[in-house]
Amino acid sequence: MGIATLAFYFFGILAVGSGLFVVVARNPVHAVLWLILAFLSSAGLFILLGAEFVAMLLVIVYVGAVAVLFLFVVMMLDVNFAEFRAGMAKFVPVGLLIGLVLLMLLGLVFGEWSPSAVAPSLRQAEAPDVETMQNTPALGNLIYTKYVYLFQAAGLILLVAMIGAIILTHRRREGIKRQDIVAQMQRDPANSIELKDVASGRGLQ
Amino acid sequence: MIGLEHYLAVAAALFVTGVFGIFLNRKNIIVILMSIELMLLAVNINLVAFSVHLGDLVGQVFTLFVLTVAAAEAAIGLAILVCFFRNRGSIAVYDVNLMKG
Repeated sequence: MGIATLAFYFFGILAVGSGLFVVVARNPVHAVLWLILAFLSSAGLFILLGAEFVAMLLVIVYVGAVAVLFLFVVMMLDVNFAEFRAGMAKFVPVGLLIGLVLLMLLGLVFGEWSPSAVAPSLRQAEAPDVETMQNTPALGNLIYTKYVYLFQAAGLILLVAMIGAIILTHRRREGIKRQDIVAQMQRDPANSIELKDVASGRGLQ
Repeated sequence: MIGLEHYLAVAAALFVTGVFGIFLNRKNIIVILMSIELMLLAVNINLVAFSVHLGDLVGQVFTLFVLTVAAAEAAIGLAILVCFFRNRGSIAVYDVNLMKG
């Protein structure tokens, strides 16, 4: 058993196990931490497959952004998560049933099958040999040329999501001093300075 | 040597875990969102495994787009959640009945 096989079983078991703990964890904060472990072990699986760029993307985007976002929201909301656990036991049988049926269907991958003979000729973008070009430059060559419009559309989706999230959560609070730029620009000495003729020794009332 | 089937099996297990999580935590919308993330992760593993197995890079490009959509979905979902919590003081799924749909 080679080191790659060992690493596959390690990361695979870790991914599935932590995924299971995500859904059964009592504390949502723990669930988010298990989710981070699941993402990290999937990144390990991707590295084993030779898809380094996607693996690093998974670590940066999922662990660095999405999981931290979840953590922020879980900690920010003042919710009694214990009450959600109350009726949980009665959903276990139906969940297990549907999960089991689905798993049996998906377990068909272990049957005798192989890709069709014409599959190699149907490839849209043949992966270059690792000796000549690594994974990241190869992907870059592809997304900045053939898939550049889709790439731009992905950027647009992120922009819309960002604007939407800001608009949804932004809140205008009353009673706070704000900068009013128009009022600031229209000030002039005539309406901001008052000259007084102070009598000597009397002071100003 | 580890074949395609092994990666597909891991992905299938993760996907089923996500489905199971939705059934198990049907009151807690945060865990439902996390289960959806798990299912998307399983899809990503499938895409990358097939991409490497067939020697076609398009699968990894698609993984990139799935990742983008997943990030956007998490951001919007959590924003809606925060907004809803401000209005109702609760995030229970059965409290979401303002529109009486």
